Amino acid sequence: MKRLLPFPLLALALLVMWILLTGFSPGHVLLGGVVAVLISRTMLSLRPDAAGYRPGLAVIRLAGMVCADILRSNIAVARIVLFRRTDRKSGFLHLPTGLRNPHALAVLAVIITATPGTLWVQHDARRHVILIHVLDLVDEEEWIRLIKDRYERLLMEIFE
Amino acid sequence: MIQAPDLPIWAAIVVGLLLLAGSTITLIGTFGLLRLKTFYERVHAPTLGTTLGAGLILAASILCFTVLYSRPVIHEILIGIVVTLTTPVTLMLLARAAIYRDRTEGTSPVPPDALTKDRDQ
Repeated sequence: MKRLLPFPLLALALLVMWILLTGFSPGHVLLGGVVAVLISRTMLSLRPDAAGYRPGLAVIRLAGMVCADILRSNIAVARIVLFRRTDRKSGFLHLPTGLRNPHALAVLAVIITATPGTLWVQHDARRHVILIHVLDLVDEEEWIRLIKDRYERLLMEIFE
Repeated sequence: MIQAPDLPIWAAIVVGLLLLAGSTITLIGTFGLLRLKTFYERVHAPTLGTTLGAGLILAASILCFTVLYSRPVIHEILIGIVVTLTTPVTLMLLARAAIYRDRTEGTSPVPPDALTKDRDQ
């Protein structure tokens, strides 16, 4: 089983995607299954590190939190664009991170960049510092606390 | 072929509102590209269109075709996933290119690269 399906989650995701795109019928489930098994095996040549991913409640909580934060940031950034405030200043932020797992860092990068108002610029893998650009940088400490409390703790629970 | 006039009135109103809200948010984002001053500020603006803007338009599409075909049509979720996963890659590449340029030119105030700082010492 392990030899045939080295990445079962990836194969399942591909199968679900195939069914969503083509519609549910026995023929398409069979064809999608063959495609999912073959394509997920091509990942073998990339030799990714094991993600060490632990599914659980933390994943759902993180997803919900990110959705809520994206909604809030959308409104905040739209407000900044529409009503120019004179006291707003943007700037760079150095975030010391406790995350070491590359997969967890990748997820954090996607979260931070997908949220309007914050942008992941650089990760220093030696000092473990992330450089982030923030559109509305009121209090640097508060942003650091926010990212650490909301995302980092949950990501550690999921990946490490 | 099912046509849009077959859409019941309640669904047409909700779909219309969702589309309007999504496109307004996207418009505000593009407007931000004009209004914000520096490159790093401008990069934040289009994310409005790729998150909430795209989400609302996709929700309108899901509702419209689910009602028209009387069965769940949810493959729009795939568009949402793909957009969410790929936009950060482009944005990060742009930001990295910009910060590399600014560090090399040394004209705008950007934080120095810790690695090159070590090399210089």
